[in-house]
Amino acid sequence: MTSERLLLSGDDAVALAALHAGVRLGTGYPGTPSTEILETFDQLGGRAQWSPNEKVALEVGIGTAFAGARTLVTMKHVGLNVAADPLFTAAYTDVTGGLLVVSADDPGMASSQNEQDNRHYARAAALPMLEPIDSQQAYDFTWLGLEISERWKIPVILRLTTRVCHSKTVVRPRTAPSATAEPTFERDIPARVMIPAYAKPAHHRLRQKLAEIAAWNETEGPIRLDDGASELGIVATGIAAMHAREAAPEARQLTIGLTYPLPMERIRQFADGVERLVVVEEGDPVLADTLRAAGIPAEGKPEMYRFGELNVARVRRILAGDNSPEPVPPKGKPPELCQGCSHRGVFEALRDLDCIVAGDIGCYTLGVLPPFSAMDTCVCMGASIGVGLGMRHVLPDDQARRVVSVIGDSTFVHSGITGIAEMVYNPPATGHLILILDNGTTAMTGQQEHPGTGRLLDHSPTGKISFEALAESMGVQNVHVISSQDKDQSLKDLIASLLAKPETSLLVARQPCVLAAPKIRFYEKAAAEQASQMHCTAEAAN
Amino acid sequence: MSKVKNVVIAGLGGQGVLKASDILADAAFRAGFDVKKSELHGMSQRGGSVSSDVRFGDLVLSPMVPPGEADVLLVLEATQVEINRPTLRPGGVLIGPDVLDPGALKNKKSLNVALLGAMSTALDIPEEHWLAAMYANLAEKLHTINEQAFALGRSAAIEQDTADR
Repeated sequence: MTSERLLLSGDDAVALAALHAGVRLGTGYPGTPSTEILETFDQLGGRAQWSPNEKVALEVGIGTAFAGARTLVTMKHVGLNVAADPLFTAAYTDVTGGLLVVSADDPGMASSQNEQDNRHYARAAALPMLEPIDSQQAYDFTWLGLEISERWKIPVILRLTTRVCHSKTVVRPRTAPSATAEPTFERDIPARVMIPAYAKPAHHRLRQKLAEIAAWNETEGPIRLDDGASELGIVATGIAAMHAREAAPEARQLTIGLTYPLPMERIRQFADGVERLVVVEEGDPVLADTLRAAGIPAEGKPEMYRFGELNVARVRRILAGDNSPEPVPPKGKPPELCQGCSHRGVFEALRDLDCIVAGDIGCYTLGVLPPFSAMDTCVCMGASIGVGLGMRHVLPDDQARRVVSVIGDSTFVHSGITGIAEMVYNPPATGHLILILDNGTTAMTGQQEHPGTGRLLDHSPTGKISFEALAESMGVQNVHVISSQDKDQSLKDLIASLLAKPETSLLVARQPCVLAAPKIRFYEKAAAEQASQMHCTAEAAN
Repeated sequence: MSKVKNVVIAGLGGQGVLKASDILADAAFRAGFDVKKSELHGMSQRGGSVSSDVRFGDLVLSPMVPPGEADVLLVLEATQVEINRPTLRPGGVLIGPDVLDPGALKNKKSLNVALLGAMSTALDIPEEHWLAAMYANLAEKLHTINEQAFALGRSAAIEQDTADR
């Protein structure tokens, strides 16, 4: 039942499949390379919303799935660390509506702080994982993941990688969109209340579900066999499978779609039929180790290919057992803070004041590069506050007084609020200063909204969190806002005066992102017009 | 089966590298080819180096052009030519911003489309598909200026091609 032919990115293919499969709600937090999934889902007419962070996004998704609705939750690989707490216990529960969790990994770190391999999460949380090789499979596996999730009442992880998310390839969607049941609440306490009395049998049920899914994967799973000579057999997953087909078209290749739980008997049969078996996988040797642990004589890759993305040239080298040094690609021009960027003045001030800067994740991390070189730490979302406090606690006073935590507006909502609680509760003797760089958008990932902008994913107005009111209510001693109208000198002076006080301080430096400012003005105007129209209507009704 | 055609488009963030590769991929798609297009665009808005791979033919496997296998390298910014040159195969075609007289462009922002025009004669994609792809990927108010840019590039390339012989 082939239909129209489309050219779609992997992200767009997931969004289209979610729409066709009747997903009732998509939640997530922006993160390259996953961001476009929810944006496209919204543009196609789906209901999508940004959550403050991935943990909340998944919790909302668990709720919709418990209520019987098909659900999509999206995040980048490090986002799944934030969502890991609900993920591991959701695995024990019975979901009613399909729950598909997208983890978009970034091997090679095109735009990330690490290249963790989230295939480990499937094994650790005991959840089925699907890994598409292109946009067609991204489309198909979104459907399949929801179907597996509903059949076995288990959340399913769809693991994408940057090259699958952002490559455009040809997709033929299904012709018949799915009709799904209306959400309704059905009480099932033992399946959803994870106290030990219910969680103990639930763990056994989870293992039983996985055993059934593994058996299904052996006979009906999304496995592709490309026939070829028996001299070389390749077992591959994800985008690496496409590189392998191109690098060794003569080889016999088994490409596995549902990579946890694995179809071990199929792989064993395949291994028995070839003279040499090589595993081609990006990242950690997850598959190779599993096969070898099961006694299947599989070759992995030399350690050097654990790092970075694979490509056709690297797969050729893996197959040739070549671990000689690789040619170093020429270095391109690094990114930088935009001309006119509101962060520039802040980092000039921090540099001039010789601050020790605990930084965070966002465009402003570029403050680490010359001419600013004004960032000393960057670990994960929200870490600036805790790391800054930690340094304040133990450094000698003259150094402690130079420590500043710098965090962006979206990052602050994501994971900075608990940092304020920590600062108020455990204030360092020298006090501390948190600087929120509020540019009114999640700039790094392409200008998404968040609870501090007062606009929804589709940019329509909603409730808005005031950072300064929040900080005051939490008991921060000095709360200041400085906006774009103020001169740079006063920012520098204000930072210096706050650093001199042994008190807790929060300074919001507020100026819209130079790229987002025209759009923000447009959204604000549209919202004002809508509000005045509603006012008129209300007047008329009275 | 016909050989896969490999094109790499490179430049700096903000120059329209990704838009150009979207148009090329769409044009090849409209011409009936299997197409894959790939790039890393997390940092592209911050002015850094950007490149995008487009491959088309009867069947495309990997979405990335292997180093040294690009048939055509299109570069929007002179400083980015050397760092991208290793992607070009021996005998491959290099199209840089110098194929055009910069003064001839009415709007500097349509350089990406003008260079697509220059490249269009080197690829087996009929002009109608180029134009349809351009219309589909650009806002309507930009159609006229980009039509002109595309035509300018297409004639420049033809002239240069003739002059080289």
